[in-house]
Amino acid sequence: MSDAMSRGQVIRRQTPAAKALRGLLYAVLIVAAVAYLMPLVVMLLTSIKPLAEITPGNLLALPRSPTVEPWAKAWGEACTGMRCEGVGGYFWNSFAIVIPAVIISTLVGALNGYALTKWRFKGSNLVFAMMLFGCFIPFQVVLLPMAQTLGWLGLASSRSGLVLVHVVFGIAFTTLFFRNFYVGIPDELVNAAKLDGAGFFRIFWRILLPVSAPIIVVSVIWQFTQIWNDFLFGVAFSGHDTQPVTVALNNLVNTSTGAKEYNVDMAAAMIAALPTLVVYVLAGKYFVRGLTAGSVKG
Amino acid sequence: MSALEIHQLHKSFGSTHVLKDVNISIASGEFLILVGPSGCGKSTLMNAIAGLEPITSGEIRIGGEDVTWRTPAERDIAMVFQSYALYPSMTVRGNIAFGLEMRKIPKAEREAAVQRVADLLQISHLLDRKPSQLSGGQRQRVAMGRALAREPQIYLFDEPLSNLDAKLRVEMRTEIKKLHQRLGTTIVYVTHDQIEAMTLADRIAVMRDGQVQQLGTPDEIYNNPVNVFVAGFMGSPAMNFVDAVLEGGRGNYALRISTPGQEDLVLPWPAERDTDALASCVGQKMLLGLRPEHFSEAVGHSGAGTAMAAVIGVVEPTGADVLINLPLGEGEVTARVGPDCHARPGERLELQVDMRRAVLFDPQREVRLA
Repeated sequence: MSDAMSRGQVIRRQTPAAKALRGLLYAVLIVAAVAYLMPLVVMLLTSIKPLAEITPGNLLALPRSPTVEPWAKAWGEACTGMRCEGVGGYFWNSFAIVIPAVIISTLVGALNGYALTKWRFKGSNLVFAMMLFGCFIPFQVVLLPMAQTLGWLGLASSRSGLVLVHVVFGIAFTTLFFRNFYVGIPDELVNAAKLDGAGFFRIFWRILLPVSAPIIVVSVIWQFTQIWNDFLFGVAFSGHDTQPVTVALNNLVNTSTGAKEYNVDMAAAMIAALPTLVVYVLAGKYFVRGLTAGSVKG
Repeated sequence: MSALEIHQLHKSFGSTHVLKDVNISIASGEFLILVGPSGCGKSTLMNAIAGLEPITSGEIRIGGEDVTWRTPAERDIAMVFQSYALYPSMTVRGNIAFGLEMRKIPKAEREAAVQRVADLLQISHLLDRKPSQLSGGQRQRVAMGRALAREPQIYLFDEPLSNLDAKLRVEMRTEIKKLHQRLGTTIVYVTHDQIEAMTLADRIAVMRDGQVQQLGTPDEIYNNPVNVFVAGFMGSPAMNFVDAVLEGGRGNYALRISTPGQEDLVLPWPAERDTDALASCVGQKMLLGLRPEHFSEAVGHSGAGTAMAAVIGVVEPTGADVLINLPLGEGEVTARVGPDCHARPGERLELQVDMRRAVLFDPQREVRLA
């Protein structure tokens, strides 16, 4: 492939019509970008305005006297239901649920993918098909049986219970990711390691895992955003002290005592959304790279 | 004692029988090549020897021990893969030492082994590189180094040269032969390239449809093929097969070849090569096998063969010699003549055929008759 082709440049005469089309393309893209960014801008602006500026003002007006007061209130004082301690504590709750759930589901998914591709057994395709089915089960369907199960296990209303629920649901997706990634890794690599005397876990740890970075990034980002943004399981299976931040945010916004504090609501929403934003900004390019990794021969 | 013995090996995938009654025995230090067209079962046989594929029935013995149901790690073998299968996350040093590390060899010994094979294969300067930083030929060397470091009883090579370009392939071929002569290792080598098979092997097993068609030295396989398949598979350009009718009787058999538009050609069969099988075939159609080099230009030669003449179809000079296509029988044959032949298409060329090296097959059963 020539250099120009690989950079996506097609050599073509620049006629006026082509230039006009190109202009139109940019115009459409800019409009779309603005439309997507607008809510974020409104949220950010509202969250640093005092309440007095919000009620009469226009949504897009720049703050005249910017303040971090709403952020501080959202973090430490705002009322979520009966309590008035802000969303800060629930923010850490979310981390305490997300981090173990992401690590466990990614590891189990990697092991599953490895076993399903490199140690095929009779019925391995059926097992994979059934796991894949797990990706399409709507959350609502399992709410009651899951509540019952958590009760039996003594994990009701606990963080560990939520971790378990997210791991169980996440494995379907992480297995799919890793299975599709490992299918592209030549079996000869595993055969060579078998002849060299390595066993199941040794081959996984020494040969497969070191080349899995792209798909690990995909799995971590996917699982992190899924679990962080989860509301349904959070609201159904948590207790007062174990609520994730999404549930706390909902309670905060819906608390009906006193005047509606839009700036605090927006600040709380920003706090709840920040971690996923940060993860995307930091690792987003690896995400895309990982998703397309299988298509490029290494 | 045999280094490797394969006894009545069968292998089926479901209802497809991919290996049928394979029996091979090779001596220590022998270089055996499994050759055949793709899908003939040669790679499956190699995987069975390695223990990567379970067999359906039969027995595999390495160094006298029954290893049929042992894991690959327990068989004391090393394998060089077609794709090299170097561990991408490890350096060359790590790749070569991995097998020793898994066998809990002390670090100092591992280092010594790495150095030994690196010197042997001239890859000392590459030891700290990753496989992705190596060229195809270098990867090939590292893959062989990984096998050599372990000093196993048997080396398996699975089409190791097929990913290299033509020039490098010939170089590495010579190198493998040198290594074998120097180290006296026992090697089983799979290839679909009959030239590789001829040049490297002590013995060749020609396979088709899961069966060993013939097992013998390169010379036996080339000059004494047991059937039409082996005769046609080995040799490039391939052996010419010409329809001919057997005439005469014991001591003076002859083969009559009818070429449309030409006078019949009668080639006398050398009496010392008569076999009993011929007696019942007089008057019947036979398949006469003539290799391109069994033809030679008649000019200037004192007749060692039977004279014939034909109109030249195509002339293909290869540099070392000239290949000439001529009509003979129903089809065309290729003759290999000296590079100083300046014949041109359409001209009539006088040739002679060396019938002492010709072979005769039964056209129906495709087996050798004489």
